[in-house]
Amino acid sequence: MILVFAERSDDELFRQALAFANGLGDDVRAVGIDDSGGYSPDGCGAALARLVSEREPRAVLAPGTDRGNEVLAHVAAMLDLPMAANCTAATPGDPFTLTRVRWGGSLLEEARLHGSPALLTVAPHAVAAADAGVEVEMIPEAEGARVRVSERVETVTAGVSLADADVVVSGGRGVGSAEGFAVIEELAALLGAAVGCSRAVTSAGWRPHTDQVGQTGTKISPSLYIACGISGATQHMAGCKGAKKLMAINPDNEASIFASADYAVIGDLHEVVPAISAEIRKTRGAG
Amino acid sequence: MNVLVCVKRVPLTGGKIVLTDDERAISTRHLGFTVSPHEECGAEEAVRLIEQHGGASTVLTLGPPEAEEQLRDMMALGIDRAVHLVTDDSNEWDPQATATAIVEAIEAQPEPPDLILFGNESADAGNYQVAIRVAHKLGLPVVTGIKGIEVQDDGRVRLEQEMPGGRDVYELPMPAVVTVKEGLNLPRYPSVPGRLRAKRKPVDGTTPTRVGGPQSKLEMVRLVLPPGSGKQTEVLGSGADAAPAVVNVLSELGLV
Repeated sequence: MILVFAERSDDELFRQALAFANGLGDDVRAVGIDDSGGYSPDGCGAALARLVSEREPRAVLAPGTDRGNEVLAHVAAMLDLPMAANCTAATPGDPFTLTRVRWGGSLLEEARLHGSPALLTVAPHAVAAADAGVEVEMIPEAEGARVRVSERVETVTAGVSLADADVVVSGGRGVGSAEGFAVIEELAALLGAAVGCSRAVTSAGWRPHTDQVGQTGTKISPSLYIACGISGATQHMAGCKGAKKLMAINPDNEASIFASADYAVIGDLHEVVPAISAEIRKTRGAG
Repeated sequence: MNVLVCVKRVPLTGGKIVLTDDERAISTRHLGFTVSPHEECGAEEAVRLIEQHGGASTVLTLGPPEAEEQLRDMMALGIDRAVHLVTDDSNEWDPQATATAIVEAIEAQPEPPDLILFGNESADAGNYQVAIRVAHKLGLPVVTGIKGIEVQDDGRVRLEQEMPGGRDVYELPMPAVVTVKEGLNLPRYPSVPGRLRAKRKPVDGTTPTRVGGPQSKLEMVRLVLPPGSGKQTEVLGSGADAAPAVVNVLSELGLV
C-alpha cells in the first residue's frame, strides 16, 4: 500500500502526487487530516505517523508544497526515518531509487533511500496530474499538538499578482536604480503585466521582496516573460522556468539568460524598453 | 535573550552549473561561496532581535574548514560568536546526521538558546527537514517558512507565515525552533568596522560525530544536469532598432 497525504493547499499538486504514486505499482490510498480547528503541522505529522504504524505502507507520499514537505518532515522526525524531498521520479525497491530536485530545479540528484516506509514528497510539475475524483479518507488530527495557526490575516493585493500574471516584465541589476524601474513599469502597464525583478534588485533595496522572481522568491508561469537587464543566474531561472515564452533584453550577448530565451534583443534596456513602449503606442494609435 | 542561527556554506552558482568529474559535486574552482539566502535573513533577524531585546547571538554551521569564511561573514553582520562543526569527509552529510550533530552542539552551549533559526530549506540540497528533526530531538515546537517574527514581553513569539491570499499567524512559547524565508527582512550590508570586528570574534570549533557512519540513509548516487531547454533563440535585433520586431512578436502573442 502507498499512502498519499492529501495536502490540499494546491489541488493540482496533490493530484500530481497521486499520479506519481499510481506509477509506483501498488494500491494507492489518499488520506486527509481534519484541520477544522486550525492547521497544526505536528498534529498532522503525528496523525500520519500513527497511521504508518497501523497500516505499514510501503511508502508515504506528499505533494512538494510548503505544507507537504513540512508534515512529511514531522513524520520522518517522529519515526526517525530518512525522507527525500521534491522527487521527480522513483522506483520502488529496497532501497528505493529516486531522482530529486536540487537548487530549485537547476540540478538533479539520483539517490537511494534506505528506510521503510519510504517517505517522499513529489516535486511540483514533475508529472501530469491524475484525474480528479479520488476518494480521500479523512482522519482526525493526533492529540497533543503544540503548534497551531491561531489567526489568518487576509492581504489585499492591488493589480495583477506576480504568481498568477499572464505576462511579467522583470528588471535586473542592469536597471541600475529604484528610479530606473519607471521604464519597466511603463511597459508592464501597456501590456497589463505584473512587474518582477531579480534577487540582485531586492538585495539592493530597489524593489520589495514580493516582486522577486527566483528560487527564494516567487515562482511564476506566465505565457510571456520579458527579462530586462537580467543575466540569468540559476537562482533567477529556478523562478521563471515555468514561463511558456521568454524574451531577454541584455547588452551582453554572452549572458546566460539567452540560452533559455525564445526571443533575444541585444542592447541596453534603458534604450530598448522605452523604444518598445513607444512602438506599442504608435501601433495602437494607428490601429 | 539568546538567539542561535544555523547556516550552510554553498557555492555562488552564477549562470551555469558545471559538475566535478565524479559527478558528486558542483565544480567550484571558479566560484565564490555564500550562505543560502533564507539563512542570511535568519542571521540579520538574530542581530535585530538582540539589538531590540538585548542578549547574545550565535551562528552555527556544519561544514568544511573553509566554512569559517561564512561564519565571519555572519559575524560581520553583527552576530556575536560562532560554533563550527568541522567536517573533513567529502561525503555529504544527510539530514539525519546533520540534525543529530547540531542537537549535540546546541546541548553543549553554556546558555540554551531561546530561539533557534534555520533557513526554510538550503539553497543546494533543499531537504526541508533538518530544523524539524532538530526540534523533535530537543523537544521544542517548530514552525516553518516564517516571514515575520515578533518577540513579546510575556516570553512568547508571534510568527507570520505567507500563504496564498494572506498570512497565517502562530504564537509559540520560547524556546522554539523557527525556519525563515527570504523577505523576512532586508539584510544589511556589512560595514568595514563590522568586518574588522568579525575577525576578532570567537569561533568555537569542534569535530562532530557522524551518526550512522559514513553511509547516508538518503544516499546520493550522482548529480545530473537537467536537459537543456532545447530552445531556438530568435534574435530580434540590437538596441532601440529592435522595437518594431519586438512589437511584431507581441502582436503575434495577442498582446498589442
